[in-house]
Amino acid sequence: MSAGTFRRGHLAPLALGALAGALLLAGCERPPPEAVQRGYRGTGMVQVYNPRDFAKSVAANPPPPPALPPAVAEGPRASQAFKNVQVLSDLSVGELARVMLSMTQWVAPQAQQCAYCHNLNDMASDELYTKRVARRMLQMVREVNTSWTSHVAQTGVTCYTCHRGQQVPTQAWFTNPGPHQPGGLHATLAGKNVPLPVNGMSSLAYDPLTELLIKPADVKLTGEQALPAGNRHSLKQTYTTYGLMMYMSGALGVNCTYCHNTHSFKEWASSPPTRVKAWYGIRMVRQLNSNYLLPLHDVLPPERLGPTGDVAKVGCATCHKGVYKPVFGAPMLKDFPELGPPRVVAAPPAPAAKPVARTADAAAGAARDTRGR
Amino acid sequence: MSTEFQNLFTRIQIHGPVYPGVPLPPGSWRAFKGSMKHLFGWIGDTQLGPIYLGFTGVMSLFCGFVAFEIIGLNMFAQVNWDLVQFIRQLPWLALEPPAPGYGLRIPPLQHGGWWLMAGFFLTTSVLLWWLRMYRRAKSLGLSQHTTWAFASAIWLFLVLGLIRPVLMGAWSEAVPFGIFPHLDWTAAFSLRYGNLFYNPFHALSIAFLYGSTLLFAMHAGTVLSTTRYGGDREVEQITDRGTASERMALFWRWTMGFNATIESIHRWAWWFAVLTTLTGGIGILLTGTVVDNWYLWAVKHGVAPAYPHSFPAVTDPAALPGAQP
Repeated sequence: MSAGTFRRGHLAPLALGALAGALLLAGCERPPPEAVQRGYRGTGMVQVYNPRDFAKSVAANPPPPPALPPAVAEGPRASQAFKNVQVLSDLSVGELARVMLSMTQWVAPQAQQCAYCHNLNDMASDELYTKRVARRMLQMVREVNTSWTSHVAQTGVTCYTCHRGQQVPTQAWFTNPGPHQPGGLHATLAGKNVPLPVNGMSSLAYDPLTELLIKPADVKLTGEQALPAGNRHSLKQTYTTYGLMMYMSGALGVNCTYCHNTHSFKEWASSPPTRVKAWYGIRMVRQLNSNYLLPLHDVLPPERLGPTGDVAKVGCATCHKGVYKPVFGAPMLKDFPELGPPRVVAAPPAPAAKPVARTADAAAGAARDTRGR
Repeated sequence: MSTEFQNLFTRIQIHGPVYPGVPLPPGSWRAFKGSMKHLFGWIGDTQLGPIYLGFTGVMSLFCGFVAFEIIGLNMFAQVNWDLVQFIRQLPWLALEPPAPGYGLRIPPLQHGGWWLMAGFFLTTSVLLWWLRMYRRAKSLGLSQHTTWAFASAIWLFLVLGLIRPVLMGAWSEAVPFGIFPHLDWTAAFSLRYGNLFYNPFHALSIAFLYGSTLLFAMHAGTVLSTTRYGGDREVEQITDRGTASERMALFWRWTMGFNATIESIHRWAWWFAVLTTLTGGIGILLTGTVVDNWYLWAVKHGVAPAYPHSFPAVTDPAALPGAQP
């Protein structure tokens, strides 16, 4: 039988084979996946990404709008010039105005601008809930930039890091009560087996965030010793921790080896330093949720609350939005020292060199931002 | 002519009167007379039946059906009896073992009771089928090779779902009944116990599993490739080596210097298959009961290689003074 002849009897198996092949490949990612080696050869320490998805991610995470020119840091403090300035009281009048204007760009560019939070007839009034929330959020931003440099380093955060021009940041999360169940004697889902983006469409815990990202909780599972020595962590807890890890992986657009080594997920000595950043990130998120977001429960109107009446909380994805560094590492704090550690009220005039340096930085930042857009 | 032998599927169909099988001792009754099925002829013998179920077979099928129904109906209830969602979410759905807090007690139906019941019926079903296999082999005058091979698989099944959970003192250690959930169990199990790839019995099991597939491919390929010389008459060739045997032997000696015999290749294959689940079961049994962190165990015993560090050394932030948990 020559290679060219084709008997009718071959058609059915070939068609079946093609169909089976197509079905098998249907769930696969279209090439090219690219692997970047990050560790010792042969150990599987690679980051896998797809240039097509990466390009989408770049487009979806534009740098912040160009920063407004720096304001004069000298002069009367905001708290002296205006009534009811509680958080940014250490800023100069010009700096306060600059931050307020920037906030409209970051949070409410389309909507009522100043009126989104302020009663325009009485800017000092706290009657709008949005203003009370914004005040707490400013405190949160300064807390992050002051106490959590272990996670945000000198990059810092501004409102833009999470908000990106939205009134409510995307990828904030609510407690998931799980799918509706008929009740009765049937077996419960046991908190898992519901495919969701949060757990990477796996059958792991479907709400690992409520358990692990609000209060201090045990993420670690693996024992410190080779032989059993009182490590009581269960497989059930593993499903939750593993679910959180899947969430973090998706939130940062990375695979496990971004933070872990391949031979022992537990061992720190040969882990990438990114794991330390992530460790502090988990603690930071818990503190922000417990201290800044949960207390807003009575401030927020019911339509802003989740299915179980809880407030929207932050997680890794709220800032990172699928990127290993939020906004691909664009420096946030550099152009906004106003949102850094609180400065002593009525401080002596700053040394002349400092504002100059800031101006130069801001100009460079603005130039970069313009290029970026 | 040669194309006949290059076909992937069985080419020969035998049609004729139904053969009820060799004469058997009284009591070994057979149900249904049997018939010829062309479709079965594509993949094996054209003759379907007669079959034998007996008490153990019937009870095994019944218990298996009960377990299947418990699992399936609970899954169906979990999606609110919505058929579309049942089909859509089926790979994710599961009947989960009880929470760790229940230990080895009998939990309420919703919280693991159904799992325990399904496990009981499934185990009974499997053990009854094993007994049936033993009896059938005996009544046919066979040795118990298949029976013991099946027992090796049952050993792994029992370790996963019964023996190890009992030793650990909690049903929660067992595997859920579900497609993705049982796969995620394996991943979670490895994470919790410090990377199962450093478990030497796990390594042996993998070696035997992959070895089984390799042997299967080598043996099947060898026999099919010598069919034209009568190589498929394996049993005869064990004692009466013909040109097919000589050609197979020479092929492998040319390839790797050594060849199995027609008898020994089957012993190779049997042991590889049996040892896959035997060693696998030992590996699972030791995990958590005797070893808590396989990576550290491997370091302790010089099994895990030390790799050069590619990153600046970091320490556990939780170990720093004043760290939060």
